[in-house]
Amino acid sequence: MSKGIRTPRTLVIAGLSGFVLGLVLAAPALGQNEQFIPMTSYRVGPYAAGGSGTFGGFIDYLDMLNKRDGGINGVKLTWEECETEYKNDRGVECYERLKHKGPTGASVFNFLSTGITYACIERATADKIPVVSIGYGRTDASDGRVFPYVFPLVTNYWSQNTAKIKFIGMKSGGMDKLKGKKIVNLYLGVAYGKETISILDLQAKKYGFTIMHVEVPAPGDAQESQWLQIRQAKPDWVILRGWGVMNPVALKTAAKVGYPRDHIIGVWWSGAEEDVIPAGDAAKGYIAAAFHPSGTNFPVMKDIQKYVYSGGHKGNLEDPKRFGTIYYNRGVIHGILNAEAIRTAQGKFGKKPLTGEQVRWGLENLNIDDKRLKELGAVGLLQPIVVSCRDHEGGGAVKFQQWDGKKWNLITDWIKSDQSIVRPMIEESAAAYAKEKGITPRDCSKE
Amino acid sequence: MIYREAGQFHATYEEDLRIFPIRQDRIAFAGILLAAFVVIPLVGNDYWFNAILIPSLILSLAALGLNILTGYAGQLSLGSAAFMAVGAFAAYNLMLRVPHMPVLASFFLAGLIAAAVGLLFGLPSLRIKGFYLAVTTLAAQFVIEWALTKFAWFSNYNPSGVISAQKMVILGYRFESPVSRYLLTLGLVSLLALAAKNLVRSRLGRSWMAVRDMDVAAEVIGIPILRTKLTAFAVSSFYCGIAGALWAFAYLGSVEPQAFDLTRSFQILFMIIIGGMGSVLGSFLGAAFIVLLPIFLNVAAHSVLSSGVSQSLASNLELMVFGALIIFFLAVEPHGLARLWQTGKEKLRLWPFPH
Repeated sequence: MSKGIRTPRTLVIAGLSGFVLGLVLAAPALGQNEQFIPMTSYRVGPYAAGGSGTFGGFIDYLDMLNKRDGGINGVKLTWEECETEYKNDRGVECYERLKHKGPTGASVFNFLSTGITYACIERATADKIPVVSIGYGRTDASDGRVFPYVFPLVTNYWSQNTAKIKFIGMKSGGMDKLKGKKIVNLYLGVAYGKETISILDLQAKKYGFTIMHVEVPAPGDAQESQWLQIRQAKPDWVILRGWGVMNPVALKTAAKVGYPRDHIIGVWWSGAEEDVIPAGDAAKGYIAAAFHPSGTNFPVMKDIQKYVYSGGHKGNLEDPKRFGTIYYNRGVIHGILNAEAIRTAQGKFGKKPLTGEQVRWGLENLNIDDKRLKELGAVGLLQPIVVSCRDHEGGGAVKFQQWDGKKWNLITDWIKSDQSIVRPMIEESAAAYAKEKGITPRDCSKE
Repeated sequence: MIYREAGQFHATYEEDLRIFPIRQDRIAFAGILLAAFVVIPLVGNDYWFNAILIPSLILSLAALGLNILTGYAGQLSLGSAAFMAVGAFAAYNLMLRVPHMPVLASFFLAGLIAAAVGLLFGLPSLRIKGFYLAVTTLAAQFVIEWALTKFAWFSNYNPSGVISAQKMVILGYRFESPVSRYLLTLGLVSLLALAAKNLVRSRLGRSWMAVRDMDVAAEVIGIPILRTKLTAFAVSSFYCGIAGALWAFAYLGSVEPQAFDLTRSFQILFMIIIGGMGSVLGSFLGAAFIVLLPIFLNVAAHSVLSSGVSQSLASNLELMVFGALIIFFLAVEPHGLARLWQTGKEKLRLWPFPH
């Protein structure tokens, strides 16, 4: 008897799962006048704070454009999120899943992960979809002749690093005073962390300081032995090249061994509220680089507040208190640069949904001057940017900020990076990549 | 009714020693192979090859490697990802430094190098067992990842320690398109799976199982413990090494040592626990479960739920459901999905008239 009931029950289960599968596979009906931007976000795991904040700001900015202007020149922006967990294989899966969505396919990818960017450079180049990596690697992709589809916009790691050495020089009273100084580079032992070793070695030779590289194994939640090593070495400065949970742990451990925090300089992936608040008082005085400030006092932020977060609207942020934090504002910058690239491309190809190849042209011809920044309501939030075929970076200046226990305060103006050091290294590294891969660099005079 | 072996007689030893003694199994397996080699390449798209099939196959191979060591020979290991890393970096360096190196030869040699490293880290297994052995293989995981990060020579002095795999060219054909990479992976995985299936039915495989079940008894009946344990380590690492090389060359195209971290080792261990210890089929089922289920849940969470639920909640739900399903399957069948399949087959033989 009981056996007899089984078959219908399995049928019901099979039917139900078929129904769910159908729901999952049924592609949502897409309007034709839409521009699709894939969102490869990460909201779980050790780096979730960076992912949820940045993609929150990114999505909210696009949402605001849709609500305020009806998209870009009448073309509505759409997006879909895919959870990468900051893992390369999941990122590749998301890339493959999203690349054909929307009427014209994915317009541009922002992975917010050095590793996933590395894994997708060749795929994206073959698929003719640009990859934008604002403030992260791969650094030598700044040479647009070898990497036509990769755009490390605003600043790359090496530029940031020269600005940081300049800042240390300023603090020490001139670049010539760097001679004989001892600097520790405390880095996370992943691709991201290692990217600045070579440029630090080069600058150490040039300015005569000694550099000591200390690696923290990922994810960096235990650093006792590293900081004991640092205490023995007694460096003048420590550069903190951390990410995620490594940052508060570094500050707390530094406090434990008694290293002064105002001599620790973080990179911009170590300089958000989420990096210092968990460290409590141990973070007070800590300095970090930034390619944009925190805060809500910009017209563009007010617009987001008005269109996305007020009057019953609910933005992408789970916790509205994070509005205006470093990661959130970084997301807004992602939104501005992506949207402006699409707008620039529309100027050439027409006000319609564009393909990745067309958006690539827009990125390469991106020119955001002071006037445009004013129109965007982002003066002071973003630096002026001119991208070209040769230079896919476009900006290159860095500010420094200090944590006072409650908020980040800017302590410098834009510090220009030293392109006389950075550019030859980028070209050399890109040329090596081109040789390894058999790529003939583009001739920029013909673009 | 359809799965009835009545009337199938084995008249020769060859027939009796077949991998699939039942005719229906042979037909079904031929059908699966046909589908994998012919139908899927015809109907599949880039997404399926690049994001689903290639990684599942490669991780199945790694799981198979670990299953040989843990499932058949009973030696618990947490270093499988490290041996994958050895394979990936060895293949890269062989291609880079040896002129005119054929791709398949470099994969094979990379497997041998991984086997040699595995042999080295297998030596402690002669004195320690069980969880203690797991801890020493954990050392392999850390030492290898550290060495590949520390010595820039392994990554050809790349500033970020990432290797970009060379192009795969075999007999003048460039394996670039997703479908060609899928077929290459599938070919290698099928060959190695066939080899593994036969290996575990051979004298060596039987001595592995004897050692697994009780090493003192095995020694008493004349099985050399040293050689048996070490061959298990070597063969297992060989499989993992080839899987690692494929991961770099056929799947991602560029890898850093951190792609093969402890999490990956755990992932592979979970695959064989969920799939079934001591079962070739279990390695494939487990890999499919661990690779495909999170992707399916992600798609489900982000398209079905996207209307009402916030994205962070969706991402976290995904992990919770995944965890709950693992517990559910292990509670229902502690011996893994392969055993579930076995039970299903037993039932099928009697269907529709069970006693």
